[in-house]
Amino acid sequence: MNLNEKIRKATTHISQNEGLIFEKSSPGKKGYKLPPLDVPEVDPAELLGEQAREDLGQMPEVSEIEIIRHYTRISTWNYAVDHGMYPLGSCTMKYNARVNEYVARLTGLAEAHPYQPERVTQGALRILQMLSEQLIEITGMDAITLQPAAGAHGELTGILMVRAYLESRGNPRKKILIPDSAHGTNPATAAMAGYAVENLKSNAAGMVDMASLEAQVNDDVAALMLTNPNTLGVFEQEIHKIADVLHAKGALMYMDGANMNALVGKVRPGDFGADVMHLNLHKTFSTPHGGGGPGSGPVACKKILEPFLPTPVVITKKDGTLGFDYNRPQSVGRVRMFYGNFGMHVRALAYIMANGPEGLRLTTEDAVLNANYIRKKLEGIYDLPYSTPTMHEVVFSDRLQTPKGVKTGDIAKRLIDYGFHPYTVSFPLVVHGALMIEPTESESKEELDLFIDAMKSIAEEAEQHPEIIAEAPHNTRISRLDETMAARKPVLRWKPPAAAAGK
Amino acid sequence: MAYPADYKYTKEHEWLKVEGNVGTIGITDYAQNSLGDIVFVELPKVGSEIAAGKTFGSVESVKAVSDLFAPVTGTVAEVNEALNTAPEQVNKDANKTWMIKVTLKDAGEANGLLSAADYEKFVAEESGN
Repeated sequence: MNLNEKIRKATTHISQNEGLIFEKSSPGKKGYKLPPLDVPEVDPAELLGEQAREDLGQMPEVSEIEIIRHYTRISTWNYAVDHGMYPLGSCTMKYNARVNEYVARLTGLAEAHPYQPERVTQGALRILQMLSEQLIEITGMDAITLQPAAGAHGELTGILMVRAYLESRGNPRKKILIPDSAHGTNPATAAMAGYAVENLKSNAAGMVDMASLEAQVNDDVAALMLTNPNTLGVFEQEIHKIADVLHAKGALMYMDGANMNALVGKVRPGDFGADVMHLNLHKTFSTPHGGGGPGSGPVACKKILEPFLPTPVVITKKDGTLGFDYNRPQSVGRVRMFYGNFGMHVRALAYIMANGPEGLRLTTEDAVLNANYIRKKLEGIYDLPYSTPTMHEVVFSDRLQTPKGVKTGDIAKRLIDYGFHPYTVSFPLVVHGALMIEPTESESKEELDLFIDAMKSIAEEAEQHPEIIAEAPHNTRISRLDETMAARKPVLRWKPPAAAAGK
Repeated sequence: MAYPADYKYTKEHEWLKVEGNVGTIGITDYAQNSLGDIVFVELPKVGSEIAAGKTFGSVESVKAVSDLFAPVTGTVAEVNEALNTAPEQVNKDANKTWMIKVTLKDAGEANGLLSAADYEKFVAEESGN
């Protein structure tokens, strides 16, 4: 049979073979030409003594065009949201609008330096202040820091603030509760902040089990770390009651804002009882993600936690100009050099202002609509372990395909042949053999239909020709990698052929 | 039967074999099968204390890192060092590949664990088969 009969989006991958840059090297080749020396020559050995280095080891020696071709070719091996749909659940791989990039490249912003005096950086400070105000409005919180560089970094900052707050009241407490559907970074954060992690079970609907919560919250619990909607895409319907149970015992509610793309413009965590939360600008607010980062993970909090925010914070001074306040004795301290990833703040503000309140609300609606369109079209073809309504993402399991020996990881590999980035595989852990799909609002109905057709076609293949899926991908530059061997015996360093032969 | 009748089991998928005051601990065949190819096993040091229901190490597979939960309380007497270089042994024969041996604090504690038949029933419910 023809392997590619039903593949509409992709044919074979256009790429050329490409070795390592080291393998292209030949001695003496250069990518630069220096002007004649017009200052007295200095002998490095005389200047540096024993520190002068004669042998630079094996460095690649290549020409400029070879470097350009090398990296350009490698870049064509990437899959990006600019190529097509990237339904990697929980990651919100939405389109990064070009208006963000345009604004971030304006000379005054692109060339701003953090050591410039405040009087010439009023515009940059105003951007930080405006973004802060708008994120506070969106989250319903009272104060914010833009410093953290990513989501997990924001989590750690937030939990350190919780600890500082509780310490200021005399007892930092011992435990953090984390639901079994949580992101893996949550327990890691709690442990890094010196807390013991206690698991909280989900109920049959995929939500926090209120009885377990009430039984587990006591004077040792510092906080609950909750993702809402959770990693099953389910909105915690009793979220305000969860907050009440915690607050009654003096514990706080940390909200992991990774899934804010389902809430912006609709509900505000500050209104349903969250005390502190982080946002992922690189998810919800359309700044570059993954290899294109860096990320940004602002932390917003209620008034009670404001004194503990990282220093400095942007303030309006008595004369009406903006500046930084470093005099914050209760602060957890600085968590990132300067003021965080400023370029991302510019992009996120551009995204928020380009959309406006109505645009952001529509974005949320479209994100939820797209995920539910996929859910409806694939339900029954793939097993849906939780029937609870879902928001911006949908989690299937591979239960209908496993009798033929086809697992979630195999389906994901076959999806690559169909021209899509895989969904998130085997997560959340509460679903055995999970397929976690998050299309985001960026996709048109046409692209969603292509994806749905691909998933249906793969399900048919799983029935009739499971071997095609077991061996996928077929149309890529390289075929399936031995992931087990890569993990058990990783090769992490290039070694010169002579040294390798001598070993 | 996939689960030896002379072992005891936890709902977290560890097995325990008791001989006198020594308990031998590993993970079940169901656990290794669910995890997929195991690439790393992290175990405690000889002499460290483990407590029933608490984690004593972790197994990393190509899919995820999972905690290992102690079936009983005791002191680690021996660690299967072979797993440092050959974690795949767990996949090959989970029933015979032990991870740690512990000196039991209370040999009677094992009576509270699942029998092979109960464990098999539990797994059938959990996996929905």
